[in-house]
Amino acid sequence: MPASRSHERAKARPAWIPGLLIAAALAIPAAPAAVLADGGRRSPDDPAWREECGSCHVAYPPRLLPAQSWRRIMATLDRHFDADASLEPGRARGIEAFLVANARQASSESALRITGTGWFRREHDEVAGLFSSAAVGNAANCGACHPQAEQGRFNEHEIRLPGGNKR
Amino acid sequence: MNKILALLAAALALGGLPALAADPLADITVAANAVPGFAGFSAERGARFFRTPGGSWSCSTCHSDDPRRAGRHAVTGKPIEPMAPAVNPRRLTDPARVEKWFRRNCKDVLSRECTAQEKGDVITYLRSMGR
Ligand code: HEC
Ligand code: HEC
Ligand code: HEC
Repeated sequence: MPASRSHERAKARPAWIPGLLIAAALAIPAAPAAVLADGGRRSPDDPAWREECGSCHVAYPPRLLPAQSWRRIMATLDRHFDADASLEPGRARGIEAFLVANARQASSESALRITGTGWFRREHDEVAGLFSSAAVGNAANCGACHPQAEQGRFNEHEIRLPGGNKR
Repeated sequence: MNKILALLAAALALGGLPALAADPLADITVAANAVPGFAGFSAERGARFFRTPGGSWSCSTCHSDDPRRAGRHAVTGKPIEPMAPAVNPRRLTDPARVEKWFRRNCKDVLSRECTAQEKGDVITYLRSMGR
């Protein structure tokens, strides 16, 4: 959390040297796992987002996809992965602003699916065989293995695989 | 100061009460009444509609055959709280919410919006259930 705040400050005042140093430190370990390492980070929240984007699946935290992905998703809600998730335009605009402001940085990807991104596949290659099991159903059912998914937490120490195998 | 507080309280009461009391069935009944031949809503018809597949899904695919139980989203697997107000009192209390989900879910199931008759039948069915 402190890291991302200084990052914002760094963006606002590019001449500020300590800020630049922190920004550089953030940019170097750009390996996806490091960017996403969850270590106790609190997810930003927004009530409209939680309500509207958390009803059919867990509300996937904004940091899991880049801004371009969120824009594409928000522009096609009426045919959202074969579901109608359409929203009243004013409400959709507010949610889009929240998603874009907190989106994943430093990515040229615009995948529509978190489960289709490179980092997701790499993090999950060991458990990919479980995705289609009866207890999980599908990779997008994050909560089946990440009990704190509703809180936006995917920390590797909090994983509970279906069948009771704690990790 | 006190006067302002009193005014605020009055405004809140005026604005808040009707919202709490609004019944999603009210607007649906008005719309149904406008259709020639409307003869009331039926829990039995609602029960049948709830379980009848449109394409690959019916309402019960996600909301369970027994709306007093929790359901599960057919694609994502996310649990869905029971639909029967007898076991889940928050259901069918917010007209905007109810309209939004009828619009989306009817399109997903039937590829069209539900008629006022169908919506009224479903609500009547869900409200007819005891615990
Ligand atoms: C009406 C139900 C519904 C609502 C509301 C909804 N979604 Fe979805 N969403 C789905 C379905 C169905 C899928 C596809 C799941 C699958 O195939 O695995 C999905 C998938 C996704 C995925 C891709 C997950 C993956 O596979 O990586 C993202 C991202 C997503 N939704 C974002 C959103 C956002 C943002 C909102 C709010 C604006 C939202 N959803 C609201 C039904 C919904
Ligand atoms: C079948 C179980 C399973 C499902 C479903 C699943 N994950 Fe995971 N996830 C894991 C496991 C196991 C790891 C740990 C991988 C490792 O550390 O080797 C992990 C790791 C992660 C990490 C990295 C955590 C860290 O501390 O570095 C993130 C982020 C993550 N998952 C997000 C998601 C999201 C988002 C979804 C849903 C779209 C999801 N996962 C669905 C099992 C799952
Ligand atoms: C693909 C899954 C799915 C199907 C099929 C489905 N629904 Fe839903 N429905 C949902 C989800 C998800 C919600 C919102 C989550 C919640 O309210 O717990 C919801 C909410 C509702 C609500 C809001 C109730 C309230 O007051 O909270 C109504 C009404 C509703 N559905 C009616 C229907 C009807 C009628 C059908 C059949 C035509 C249907 N649904 C089919 C997934 C589905």
